[in-house]
Order: sequence, then structure tokens, then C-alpha cells
Amino acid sequence: MRRMTRYSVFAVVRKAFRHHVGWERAWNAPEPKKKYEVIIIGAGGHGLATAYYLGKNFGIRNVAVLEKGWLGGGNTGRNTTIIRSNYLQDASAAIYERARSLYEELSQDLNYNVMFSPRGVMMLAQTQHEIRGYKRTAHANALQGVETEFIDPLRVKELCPIIHISGPRYPILGALWQPRGGTARHDAVAWGYARACSDMGMDVIQQCAVTGIRQESGKVVGVDTSRGSIDCSKLGIVVAGHSGVLAEMAGFRLPVESVALQALVSEPIKPCMDVVVMANTVHGYMSQSDKGELVIGGGADGYINYTQRGSFQHIEETVRALIETFPIISRLRMLRQWGGIVDMTGDRSPILSRTPIEDIFINCGWGTGGFKAIPGSGWGFAELIAKGVSPLCDAFSLNRFREGRFIDESVAAGVAH
Amino acid sequence: MLTCPCCGVQAEETEFVPGGEAHIKRVGSGSSEQDFEAYLFHRKNPKGIHVERWRHAFGCGKWFHVIRCTVTLEVYGAYSAQTFRPPADICQTITDKHPDWSWS
Repeated sequence: MRRMTRYSVFAVVRKAFRHHVGWERAWNAPEPKKKYEVIIIGAGGHGLATAYYLGKNFGIRNVAVLEKGWLGGGNTGRNTTIIRSNYLQDASAAIYERARSLYEELSQDLNYNVMFSPRGVMMLAQTQHEIRGYKRTAHANALQGVETEFIDPLRVKELCPIIHISGPRYPILGALWQPRGGTARHDAVAWGYARACSDMGMDVIQQCAVTGIRQESGKVVGVDTSRGSIDCSKLGIVVAGHSGVLAEMAGFRLPVESVALQALVSEPIKPCMDVVVMANTVHGYMSQSDKGELVIGGGADGYINYTQRGSFQHIEETVRALIETFPIISRLRMLRQWGGIVDMTGDRSPILSRTPIEDIFINCGWGTGGFKAIPGSGWGFAELIAKGVSPLCDAFSLNRFREGRFIDESVAAGVAH
Repeated sequence: MLTCPCCGVQAEETEFVPGGEAHIKRVGSGSSEQDFEAYLFHRKNPKGIHVERWRHAFGCGKWFHVIRCTVTLEVYGAYSAQTFRPPADICQTITDKHPDWSWS
């Protein structure tokens, strides 16, 4: 197996002298083999990260990642790239904080620049209830070892001068501030993991839709795909919005509903904000990308929707709310808008679990907040697949719905992630 | 656009509030934990025809049922909330277009 050339400043200089001819493909495009030890369905961030940590942490390299469309073309390419870990419950804080800390060194680890920018994330408190909620979260975070603090409106204004803190309807009363949160280049995360997986000899197979899951006496033996049937010993389903469809193929049901969540970007403007701002009361969040576009996330539909586009009124609501908080953006034109299909669970926390069928594992239910969790989720899920148990994933099992052990984050984190 | 079968008003989506999967039968006392879990959390979540509840929140305020496709967002019909199954004529319209579909 020929290893990929490492990217470095010297490689760039060398190639520059050769007019950038001869850069090799970032990852291979192999034909599927007959059998793999582990098959991961879904080459988004979570699926690729799982494969990567299977190889890196557990030495399992006979792995295929199957993707129906193209690499990172689902929600990995459709989110607002926010990374934070200021969660209330211990189990969530553990997995999100693992993810956030892995993001810090991800570029070095993958030898691929994911452009992680720990610029700081603030969640605005605009009601008395939110002040209490965020103070409680800040205290919980202190116990969990996650660095956050509750800041007053003047500090908010200092960190993000374009905020209008004394708005008529929802004045800013404070904010939960996580200085080590931030954003990353979303496609690069998928590409970096894909390249690293390919480098370890794993097969990342695009345009290979799974059409059926084969079982023998309650145990998985392989999958049928649009490119032939492939055997496997273990199967990981990491398909976000389409988890219900795959679960039906396997013959079990999930406590999940798929809805469309939307985001939009404005035309590029000069740098005007260097933090991520989330306003959960009014359902809007905003940051500025390196290109200068304002990246805006909005609300989700209340009904099941597989169309990857959402209702217009949610955009209207989000923009209306943001204009009140950021009056200077009122004349901006919006460049494009898109939707992703997110899988929402009953308690709005993810599922990383074994399933009723032996050796099928599922990673889903990240809902509106999956991007930030990619490295942590991959880390934990890889451990779950390799060993059958994982301390990071224990609390997120499917059984929690039967046993009533919910990870009740929706109260603290709001619906906007 | 939805038409409320209770008051007959045709209005845009903003006038209505979605209420999730329809015709879920409540399990009684003495049911198993599995049944109760399924009743509370498990949803069909189909990529295709979905039978669901809606409320005409900014109109007559009443609940009703809608059959809708989650892929094309086409609405096949709306009917009263006082029933345990979709009316035959709407089912017929759907099976004309999608022969594989059946209500279960």
C-alpha cells in the first residue's frame, strides 16, 4: 500500500515550482471488495471519523465506508460549522468536550488543514429564564471541566460590537461564553478524515447506495448495495436523516423523526464579527466565515420532511430576529440558502448504541448539532464497534428510551444548536 | 397549502401547526415496557407517504388529519380527527399513484 504524500509548506513550495502539476488524488476511489471486517454506512463526518479512529485507536483497517452520494454531501456540508461543548448534562459535555478538544489538534493529526478557529461562542440570554438556565450550565460546566462563563451585557458588547444590546423586544441580558468554542471548515473535516482513512488502506466508496441489510440468525452478515453485495462482520449505520430508512431495512424501529433544518449565507462583507453568536430565544445564530459571508442558522420544521429544503417562514423568522439583534445587517442581501435532513430523537440527544440485531451498531439522532461532535462521536463509536462497550457512548444507548434515562438537554441548550 | 376539513378554510402552512404521526393507539395499563416505549417514542418516520396530525392553530383551532408525502411535500387529502383510519377515497387516490402503498 503506497502511502500518500504528506502535505506541508515544503510540498506546496515544491509543487509551486512545478506549476502545481502532479498533486495526487486526496483519497482513492476503489472498487468494493467481497468482504470487510467492518462496514460503515455513510461517509459524512461521523462515519469517516468512526472509520479513522477504528484504524488509529484499535488497528482495525479492513474497513469500508459506503456513501450513497458524494463524500460529506449530507449534513456535513450543510451545517453552520459551529463547535462548542457547553452542555448541561455530564454525558453530553463529556462527548462534546472530547470532540472540541480533538478538533484543536485535528489538522496536525490528519495532516489536513480543517481550519479550526477557536474564536469563541456566545449564547445570548434574552429572557430571565435563560439567565438562570445559562448560569446553571456555567456552574455545571465548571464541574465538568469545560471552560465557560456567564458574562454581562457590556462584555457581550465588547466582544461583539455590532450587537444591539438594548433591543426593544428581547434585550441582551447576558450570555454564556465559551472562549475555546469556534468554527471549522466543514468540508475539510470530511475530506481530511477521508484522506487519512484512505491512507490507512481503508476503502471509501462513493455512489454506492445500500439497498438491503442481510442477516443470518439475528446477526448481520453483509449488505446489498447498488454496486453489488458486500459481506461484513460488523456494520455501523451513520446516516443521520436517513437512519429510519436504514433501520427499517435492518428490521427495527428508532425513536427518531427526520425534519429539515435550514441555514443561509449573506453576500461577503468586510470582517465585522469575530465570535459566534447564538440567540436561542429568537432561533437564530450567526458567525462570519473567512470569506466574509455571514453564516446564519435558522429553525427546523415541525413536520417530517426529506426534501433537503425547508419552509420559507422559518427563514423569515430567523432573519427578522437577527435584524433586531444586529441592526447593521438589515441591508444585506442573502446569497444562498439550503436545508439538511436532521434526525431528531425524543430527548434531542444522540443515539450511539448497539441495536436489536447483533453486530449492527447505530450512530444517529445528532439532530441539529452533529458537526461539533464529529471527532468525539467517531472516537466513541469506534470504541463501541471495536470493543462492544464505550464509556463515552454508554449513556446514549437505545435502551434509555425504554428505561426513562433521558439526557434532557433540550431544556438547557434550546432547540438551536 | 392545506385545507382544514373542520372549517373548510384553505390556508398556508403558517396558519397550521404540525402534530406528528397520526393514529397512534395509546397503550393501557398493564402493557409491557416495549409497548410503552413504542407508543411514546417509536415513529414510522417514512421517506414517502405519511399520515399525520395537524391543528388549525390560527383558525378554528381544531385538530385534523393530513396525508402527505415527505419527499415531494404533496398533500393527498385532509380528513376529520374523529376516526381511527384514513377514508377509503383518499387511500384510493394514493394507491392509484403509488401502487405499493397501503395504510397500516
